[in-house]
Amino acid sequence: MARSELAVPSATRLSGAGLTLAYDQRVVAEQLDVAIPDSSFTVIIGPNACGKSTLLRALARMLRPRKGAVHLDGSLITSLPSKEVARRLGLLPQSSIVPDGITVADLVGRGRYPHQRLMRQWSRADETAVAGAMRATDVAVLADRIVDELSGGQRQRVWLAMALAQETSILLLDEPTTFLDIAHQIEVLDLCAELHETGRTMVAVLHDLNQACRYATHLIVMREGRIVAQGDPSDIVTPELVSQVFDLRCEIIPDPQTGTPLIVPESRRRVSVAS
Amino acid sequence: MTAHRPVPPVSERRPRAVRLGGWSLRLAPRALLVGVLLVLTAFAVAVLAISTGEFTVPVPDVLAALLGDGPPVAELIVNKLRAPRVLTGLLVGAAFGLSGAIFQSLTRNPLGSPDFIGFSAGASTGGILVVVAGGSAAQIAVGSMTGCVVTAVLVYLAAFRRGVQGYRLVLVGIGANALLISANNYLLTRANINDAATAGAWLTGSLGGRDWSYVLPLTVALAVLLPACAYVSRPLRMIEMGDDSARAMGIRVEAVRAVAIVAGVLLCGVATAAAGPVAFVALAAPQLARRLTRSPGVTMASSALVGAVLLTAADLAAQRVIAPAQLPVGVLTAAIGGTYLALLLRKDRH
Repeated sequence: MARSELAVPSATRLSGAGLTLAYDQRVVAEQLDVAIPDSSFTVIIGPNACGKSTLLRALARMLRPRKGAVHLDGSLITSLPSKEVARRLGLLPQSSIVPDGITVADLVGRGRYPHQRLMRQWSRADETAVAGAMRATDVAVLADRIVDELSGGQRQRVWLAMALAQETSILLLDEPTTFLDIAHQIEVLDLCAELHETGRTMVAVLHDLNQACRYATHLIVMREGRIVAQGDPSDIVTPELVSQVFDLRCEIIPDPQTGTPLIVPESRRRVSVAS
Repeated sequence: MTAHRPVPPVSERRPRAVRLGGWSLRLAPRALLVGVLLVLTAFAVAVLAISTGEFTVPVPDVLAALLGDGPPVAELIVNKLRAPRVLTGLLVGAAFGLSGAIFQSLTRNPLGSPDFIGFSAGASTGGILVVVAGGSAAQIAVGSMTGCVVTAVLVYLAAFRRGVQGYRLVLVGIGANALLISANNYLLTRANINDAATAGAWLTGSLGGRDWSYVLPLTVALAVLLPACAYVSRPLRMIEMGDDSARAMGIRVEAVRAVAIVAGVLLCGVATAAAGPVAFVALAAPQLARRLTRSPGVTMASSALVGAVLLTAADLAAQRVIAPAQLPVGVLTAAIGGTYLALLLRKDRH
């Protein structure tokens, strides 16, 4: 596979080289090399417990690699001041806690933290960024509502607005569609695609392979802590790959909406009937 | 399904910015108003407490004496007897309020207050041990401070597993609390009757007889710890959203948490050393402050102010309710704070 490209990981803004990732004693991934193409919408996918969220957390400096290093803009990410990193790279974690009684506008405003100082608590730039983020995510009408009282879909848009208000050119999202129904999943992914079109580098961990193929410009497929394939979904997603990664036999047809690969799983029952 | 709490008018709820050149401050009008009212209330309670009593000093004389230019009798009563007691109350109340705010924020749980997770009980153990050993007031203070810090370290270590999770800290702390309370009771049964009485009075929490020798160390401690609280106040609010969320915003979560824990334990320690383990202030002050200011999460400054008002008001009541007999202040903090909190919680449901 395209290993030679990965030999110079710092060629892209965000990359990891020789990553060994572990929680306590449990090693999740070893010797992982990854480069997030600039201005891409990269989606990381793989079966449960393949290490995809762990990789994302390492790229977002939430998890310190046991070995190897993550680079941002040519510098070791851990060598940069943490607020400086937060002005370039944002993360929407898998789950966050809504503070009691907070309003939408207040929560989105918290995304401005890395731009603020003790004596610069709320500049005009903060105001503009928050208004822009709320417009982009369509939550401006909810500005004075209490976040606790919103629906799951609305709440996820509010969290996304908070990450947007941070105004980072790279945005990482850890399973942003989990807990949402299908309509809200599409809504969030469409929003991500729009953000990508405005020039941001987006990196998301997703569960749904079809959604990944539809939205990703660059797909990273993982299994058991290793990267099995990466590239444009149309180039790399084949029945063999799906079978190898997910142990699933399938047919692949062009998505009638977008022409991207659409996975049609074979039913085990039908297979047994056919044979 | 559309039922939700009535939303106060936008102007009151939304923070406003005050800008001057490149500087800007963010102020919530309601929190600011509540803060000013709390300061005025604290001042009024303090003057009232200094003015009234067995011997009434007229308010103008109180103010003159505080400025060092009143009638000699007034100066004696005000500056020697009553002012240090009131100041001790204000400082101890503020310290308990801040300590409560810090731990409730860290654990994201009102029950994470230092008086619930064993720190106050540990301070009591230290205090009782010194009482039984026949120590002086200063030694009792040192004993309780030590007890508080040692308990905090043990609870922290027992709750530690890849960092400290709020709920683990609360659970381990509640366990430690139960253990220490039974240890305290055991110590009291073993003590001779006089020591047990002294310890019992101290255990309820009291401001009786607190002179300048209490005010000075408290002032020094708060002068050091207040800036630490101010420093962690904003990052702590971000950490309430979860460690990853805070880290993504560029907050050094572990460092902030370490500073907050040390400051919170020391605040609880000095407050208990000065006035005994006064019940309920650390629990109630942050919750009362939150509801008064209607701000999301726990807020430091208003918690400190509410704590100060709560303790001095309770002490004033404790001295006057069944005068000339005097109650220890701890009896009334629970009564006043508890009733008020219950009323506010009742209102919350609608």
